[in-house]
Amino acid sequence: MSKPTDEILSVVVEREIAHPPEKIWRALTQPHLMQEWLMKNDFRPVVGHRFNLHGDWGGVLDCEVLTLEPNRTLAYTWDFTHDDAAYRLKSVVTFTLTATRTGTHLRVEQTGFRPDQRQAYGGARVGWSKFLANLEQVLVRAE
Amino acid sequence: MSNAHDLLFRTLADPTRRAIFERLCRQGEQTVAALTARSGVSQPAVSKHLGVLKRARLVRDRHEGRQTHYSAQLGALAPLIDWTSRMTEFWENRFDDLENLLKRMDQ
Repeated sequence: MSKPTDEILSVVVEREIAHPPEKIWRALTQPHLMQEWLMKNDFRPVVGHRFNLHGDWGGVLDCEVLTLEPNRTLAYTWDFTHDDAAYRLKSVVTFTLTATRTGTHLRVEQTGFRPDQRQAYGGARVGWSKFLANLEQVLVRAE
Repeated sequence: MSNAHDLLFRTLADPTRRAIFERLCRQGEQTVAALTARSGVSQPAVSKHLGVLKRARLVRDRHEGRQTHYSAQLGALAPLIDWTSRMTEFWENRFDDLENLLKRMDQ
């Protein structure tokens, strides 16, 4: 019950984009372009470079470039420090670009875990999922 | 022990309390008397449950004459909404913005 445990998180979003990988790569790796679709940043395309992403909500993400294969793969850490463990996050974001006949298949995968989460929370999630699913429907209708 | 999840889970762990909260979600603002009529428990018990829900910021009360009206505060549930759904939506939105940017960029 009191033993901390890490909840593994993973999300994948994919999209077919009607632009070549080279152009998308620029948008993924040039700070002034990254700012337009992601967040304000001090990114540099150098493995090991540490940078921050500044969210509109005032939060700051700590990042470090892990992988850089021009026009193909970009990966960096995406960590969030917060006083409340419920919001803490350690994760890695990986962008994969695959050229297609019509442009590019773009895939982003974010995997990680929330440090210091209580096991009670992880265990409770299963039993709560149905209740929460109902509540989510309520939330959607309420919007 | 003091994190947002723990408080929400502890508050909603009680079935009677959960039923009261779900009714407020589905049917909107209600008086204590109206909630008591269908809950199968006494009015003091309902009031006590509402007090616990209020401390967790899951309900808000509004006084009107001698009546107190309670309403659900759905925003308090935000920490419980699944991380994966939230991040999927986040990246979908970012990709929308990325596509808009690509249209504006030169070759």
